[in-house]
Amino acid sequence: MKKEIIPSIILTIICIILLSGIYPAIVWGIAQLAPNKGEGFVIKDKGNSYFYENIGQNFSDDKYFLSRPSAVGYNAAGSGGSNKGPDNPDYLLQVQARIDTFIVHNPGINKRDIPSDLVTASGSGLDPHISVQAAKIQIKRIAKVRGLSESAISGLVEVHLEPPMYGMGPERINVLKLNMALDRIDTN
Amino acid sequence: MNPQILGVVVMFIATLLLAVPLGKYIAKVYSGQRVWTDFLFGRLERLLFKTSRIDPAIEMTWKQSLTVMLTLNLVWFLWVMFCLLNQSWLPLNPDHNLSMTPDLAWNTTISFLVNCNLQDYSGETGVSYFSQVFALMFLQFVSAATGLAAAAVVFNALKDRTATQLGNFYNYFLKSCTRILLPLCFLIATIHVFEGTPMTFKGIDTVTSLQGDTMHVSRGPVAAFVAIKHVGTNGGGFFGANSAHPFENPTYLSNIVQMVAQILLPFAMIFAFGFYTNKKRLAWVFWGVMTVGFLLLVVPAVIAEVQGNPYLAHMGIAQPGGNIEGKEVRFGAIASAFWSIATTVISTGSVNAMHDSFMPVSGMNMLLGMMINSFYGGVGVGFLNFFIYVILAVFIGGLMVGRTPEFAGKKIEAKEMKIAMIIALFHPFLLLAGTAIASYLAAHDTNMGWWFYDAAGKHNASGWLNNPSHHGFSEMLYQYTSSSANNGSGFEGLADNNPFWNISTGIVLLFSRFLPIIGPVAIAGLIAQKKFIPPSSGTLKTDTGTFGLLVFAVKIIIAALAFFPALALGPIAEWMKMH
Repeated sequence: MKKEIIPSIILTIICIILLSGIYPAIVWGIAQLAPNKGEGFVIKDKGNSYFYENIGQNFSDDKYFLSRPSAVGYNAAGSGGSNKGPDNPDYLLQVQARIDTFIVHNPGINKRDIPSDLVTASGSGLDPHISVQAAKIQIKRIAKVRGLSESAISGLVEVHLEPPMYGMGPERINVLKLNMALDRIDTN
Repeated sequence: MNPQILGVVVMFIATLLLAVPLGKYIAKVYSGQRVWTDFLFGRLERLLFKTSRIDPAIEMTWKQSLTVMLTLNLVWFLWVMFCLLNQSWLPLNPDHNLSMTPDLAWNTTISFLVNCNLQDYSGETGVSYFSQVFALMFLQFVSAATGLAAAAVVFNALKDRTATQLGNFYNYFLKSCTRILLPLCFLIATIHVFEGTPMTFKGIDTVTSLQGDTMHVSRGPVAAFVAIKHVGTNGGGFFGANSAHPFENPTYLSNIVQMVAQILLPFAMIFAFGFYTNKKRLAWVFWGVMTVGFLLLVVPAVIAEVQGNPYLAHMGIAQPGGNIEGKEVRFGAIASAFWSIATTVISTGSVNAMHDSFMPVSGMNMLLGMMINSFYGGVGVGFLNFFIYVILAVFIGGLMVGRTPEFAGKKIEAKEMKIAMIIALFHPFLLLAGTAIASYLAAHDTNMGWWFYDAAGKHNASGWLNNPSHHGFSEMLYQYTSSSANNGSGFEGLADNNPFWNISTGIVLLFSRFLPIIGPVAIAGLIAQKKFIPPSSGTLKTDTGTFGLLVFAVKIIIAALAFFPALALGPIAEWMKMH
């Protein structure tokens, strides 16, 4: 073992330079060609403000499409899920409470139409999407709160529906983009 | 076809189509034949060897190879311990994260050193960018290369000849980095950068949300990290939520790329074995056995997740997306269920959904994937684990038909069998003993003193569980299974960042990495020295479906006998309660 120590140490130093120095530096260089120079995709808002396109935001106000519940409160300085098991009694009470709250805020909807993604937490706590059904069930409430026609909002949902990629994967809606569009038609 | 099912079928087929030519390429790299990357890396490697005072032409015995491996690992251990214990003042720490406590640094260093990547910290707050890149990402490369190099030694030993010299370990190691891991990582990191994964050294950004809340957004050099995390079947996430995080895995395309990246090398190594030793039929038999096992685990998991949670169904709501708790809408239940089994049968352990919130059937199949640990398995080491079962099957098969057990033209004798048995039984022993101790402590609610305290400052052992009853037991079983399989995924509800879990799983990790490398390399080294007997009519043929079935049966029998009682207390009991 003794005679292998010096070569091992030198080889380690060389590998650190190659794998932890040169490799990330080149990837960083490539990232300068990507949108927003590899600092995360952003959407510009009014003035200088911007949002991260892929990082979900908390929407709790009735005038917006709600995002999914989050175990980290959409604070992207951390991330994570609830890690509750499917038969945990506390967890099931929590889901029941979310369903009840949703029905209070959306009178007249059929409970059977509430999709589970609206009342369960995502894996990252930062899920930027909701299912199509989760958007559709909120149309009536938003139309009422904003005094807009249901068909106008329906149209907006259709426009923001992201189809499966080359026929693969689920349909989804980016909540932030949809809500920004909602604000835009409201001010016009 | 259902678009979600089409997605996973495409992932699987794409991996297979890429793995066969990659396997051929790997075989050429290890046998020193000319390949197209000579032009890029040949001169660089010669320079690096010269600087390190290593002559790559000097061949080593199996014992010398293992000595080099252990020496390298020791040097890496010391370097990474230093980084993690001092990261608060080292450079590249824009978010001012603190240095790790000694027990956490011990666990993290070992966990990355052994290619497991169990993480008792969260990337956003637990490590600096320096630690991420120069300590953890470095280990992700070299631990994968260690597994590959060990497999290369075994390949060399299984050639049809008698030999004691089995190639140069340094050479296999460095070429694994430069010729296999690096090129793949460049490709995958580039795709990620353009899909929306950050690659920046800037710290946390503060933005105001549309609704007017202030929110902080962690970033970092994620794209480079996420590439080797999967190519090397490491699985340690840059962020706490791992590949569920919308920066780490932003789109359905990035999800496919990561899935292909993590199964690619485990597939390719099987074919590389076939090309290298000129046993292509045998390689396909191995791949077939592994694939049957994989499918038997993945199909029930997909069905369970699509059906959703019966308790939620009882509440009267719709579950069009299946069991979506802990999952991301952009991946959906099917791709998440597929991932959960893929990441556990190979030893990646990255997650794109929180395993703690999966249905009991899926949880059981993830556990089984790690318990058997060689339905594909991790880079290099998956093949080594499988090799142990092959040796057992050859011996049992030989006894059944009354022939001398032979593999690759060499007699399998008592010494090899003893090593194989110890390795095969050590894995269940480690994980069951660990679980038994932790369960005993939790059940008696023992006061753990310095060893443990929960968020409320209490020292009671039951405080480390995030879920009651059978699911709580599964959390502990999962943690030790994941450690012993060098997997690294977790039922993350478990409060594992405390001396008890950090130290105990660290010990399990060390044993369960190095013994399963030393054992197969020793067996291969021993049989390489034996006289080569050309196959005759009396030889038990190994490249047949019958032999494949025998290997499969050996695996199932060992797994069923060792693990069924533990599974019955955890996921099986949970399932019965639910239905």
